[in-house]
Amino acid sequence: MAGTIAFTVNGEACAVAGDPDDALLGTLRDTLGLKSTRLGCGLGQCGACTVLLDDRAVTACDTPLSAVEGKQVTTLEGLGSRDAPHPLQTAFIDEQALQCGWCTSGMLMRAAELLRREPHPDEAAVRQALERNLCRCGVHNRIVRAVLKASA
Amino acid sequence: MTATAVPEALRQHPLVGQWLRMGPDGRVQASSGKVDLGQGISHALRLIVAEELALEPDRIEMVRPTTATSPDEAVTSGSLSVQHSGAALRLAAAHLREACRRHAALRAGVDDKDVHLSAGAFVAGPHRLAYAELVDEALLQEPVDAAQAGGPSTRPSRWSDRPRPDVAQKVFGEFRFLHDLELPGMLRGRIFRPATLQARMDEDAWATLQPQLAAIPGVLQVVRDGLLVGVLAARTNALDRCSARVAKAPPWHEHAEVPQARELEHWLKSQPLDSVTLLEREPVEPGADAPGARVFRTAITRGWLQHASIGLCCAIARWEGEALQVWTHSQGIFNLRRDLALAFGMAPDAITVCHAEAAGCYGHNGADDVAFDAAWLARHAEGRPVRLEWTREQEMSRAPMGPAMTVEVEAVVGADGRLAAWTQSVWSQGHGTRPGRGATPALLGAWQTAQPFPVTMAVNAAPAAGGGADRNAAPPYAVPRARVLSHRVLSMPLRVSALRSLGAHVNVAAAEALLEDIAAALGRDPLQYRLDHLEDERARAVLRELARLCGWGLPQPEADREGFGRGIGFARYKNSGAWCAVAADLVVEERVKLRKLWIAADLGRLVHPDGVRNQLEGGALQAASWTLCEAAQVSAEGIRSADWESYPILGFGEAPPVEVSLLDRPEMPSLGAGECSCGPAAAAIGNAIHDALGLRLRRMPYTADALLEAAQAA
Repeated sequence: MAGTIAFTVNGEACAVAGDPDDALLGTLRDTLGLKSTRLGCGLGQCGACTVLLDDRAVTACDTPLSAVEGKQVTTLEGLGSRDAPHPLQTAFIDEQALQCGWCTSGMLMRAAELLRREPHPDEAAVRQALERNLCRCGVHNRIVRAVLKASA
Repeated sequence: MTATAVPEALRQHPLVGQWLRMGPDGRVQASSGKVDLGQGISHALRLIVAEELALEPDRIEMVRPTTATSPDEAVTSGSLSVQHSGAALRLAAAHLREACRRHAALRAGVDDKDVHLSAGAFVAGPHRLAYAELVDEALLQEPVDAAQAGGPSTRPSRWSDRPRPDVAQKVFGEFRFLHDLELPGMLRGRIFRPATLQARMDEDAWATLQPQLAAIPGVLQVVRDGLLVGVLAARTNALDRCSARVAKAPPWHEHAEVPQARELEHWLKSQPLDSVTLLEREPVEPGADAPGARVFRTAITRGWLQHASIGLCCAIARWEGEALQVWTHSQGIFNLRRDLALAFGMAPDAITVCHAEAAGCYGHNGADDVAFDAAWLARHAEGRPVRLEWTREQEMSRAPMGPAMTVEVEAVVGADGRLAAWTQSVWSQGHGTRPGRGATPALLGAWQTAQPFPVTMAVNAAPAAGGGADRNAAPPYAVPRARVLSHRVLSMPLRVSALRSLGAHVNVAAAEALLEDIAAALGRDPLQYRLDHLEDERARAVLRELARLCGWGLPQPEADREGFGRGIGFARYKNSGAWCAVAADLVVEERVKLRKLWIAADLGRLVHPDGVRNQLEGGALQAASWTLCEAAQVSAEGIRSADWESYPILGFGEAPPVEVSLLDRPEMPSLGAGECSCGPAAAAIGNAIHDALGLRLRRMPYTADALLEAAQAA
């Protein structure tokens, strides 16, 4: 049944009307206008919609609103800005670590979770952390280099 | 390119103003008919214009392609954008620059040669004039004079290391894809359609389903037309509930006559065929050579491949009276407009098609189809725009696939150890069902309405245009007698069309496999054996560079490891494009584990080397994924591999490091980068497996099961 769900997005409190079973992704994109989080599969399989829920990376397409009540959601819009970029953003630009950019937002958020947990991962740890995030353009190595650079 | 060669696009759009104009902000607006598909082509084109105009790249605004104002450059495909659009823009920019120089000279009362371009302005005596002060409408109406461009430059491009500006926009979440556009009053739409081309509606099932869909809260309208069902809603969650409902009881009888995976070669050869001889360099009679001649044969088959882009096909459509506007990520906005006009019985002029970026596109995906879907459904939206996005399941199971193929190669080697004859035979469906080329629309939805247009059979482009199934079937090697046979399969149980590199993926893999088999049988070094049969100096240089890059012939640290193998592959893409050679190191255990890829390539003048490296590496890794991981699962009910669990692609754990070396040829015409590494990468992997195991795998993908099967058969 529809109700109001309160949580924090990128540091700002918000309350949205919605069904607790609705996916977080649609609320972020359509209700809150946060367009950087991308739909890829709607099945939690590709990682394109990865966001942080508190400190944990989750796929927003299969995370119900009920699971975010009272928690902190961070999207790419909240990761950093041109004035205060996250080290991952600087490194992704340095490495030109994308082609189409569809998976980029999810890659950055997944990598951000990794660096919070493990500030200096080795290459194997980076590859393992990103394994569930798919890239079809073949930019894997640039992304790995960027994450390692950001953690150096 | 010589100074006077005129690209085809420029013949059709001869005026300066069709390519370049001044923007209100003083920047130069550059128009191309080629679109961004994730490859970053607009940036390469921007750099070309900047170079010719001697302006900073950020002074060039690339106009988003639209049928309203952009030049018609057909389809963004075949690794031709820099060759075609880049060449046209270069000539248009050179014309604009020289015309401005003359205008500046006239104003200053000096000779043309006394006008210098400095920091984006023409300096003539005391005058300092910007482009915006010199360009007028009369200049824009001048036909581009190709002679203005001067001869080929021998120095590298000034801006070649300038990064793509959209990368930062995407990294900061500022970039707006097509899927992010919000138009006032826009509705969301979803389409439901059968999974096979021969499906029939189950009217009883539909009679049950229709009221169920209509009763879902938020559903504004349910539309039925033939096999198509559309739903309009204000929000996507109502549409998601519709999807769940349809999935429970799909209202179609599906039917497709598809072969079992193991019968694929037989199926391809036993269908009705359109067989043509595409190359006949002296008649070949295999085996009938001089004493001592030996015959070698190989064959490689691949199943159907899926595009498997990470994003979903999407379009926005809005009707204003009888005028239609469509926002699309199609590869060919003019071709799409033409077929939309055919489908809706309209004049093309009544339709405006605007391009907007989406996820990476690697061939003919569902972008054109979904544009039809959105336009079809928006007819019921009373002038409100409709955004229609496919679901993952639809993306995987309703878009055209890359065709299944089997390629056989037979070579005769003389007693002197040299290639004497070569026959390459290709059995494949055609590699194109793109819109914009036939008498009826090639749009999936137009085949499924109550008054359907006929399904168009997949065809191959002419060899002169790069071919389709036969792409790269002609050997690059010096061989006195050569023959290419193409057998186009005239059955299409499930739709197929162009996928990155078309037939080159399997043709190069098969040809290069045979070459290595021959070298091995003769006890020759495979790289040297190739060099011995390559007369083209640029081909030889690429192979030599690959040898240097990967340390060919030097001791390898892993060489003694059990299951280690190294292989190479080479091709000149389409026999007319970029030269590319790939080496692969891998270890075969239970499955194939790639250790490293090396790529050496010659793409002529490098407009944006980092973009080229990105494309070459991406092409090689995508081909590695096709070759090692991918085959669609097909059934009488359609494509069953409709998610990422059932259609796995190469991931971070499997993608090997890649090293790229580009030969520097600033004086030579620029060549496209998007597809040239696919065939050589697939070939290198197959040859490395052969090196590791002494086994030749004949059926892609080379999975753990395929390894086991080959080992048992050996």
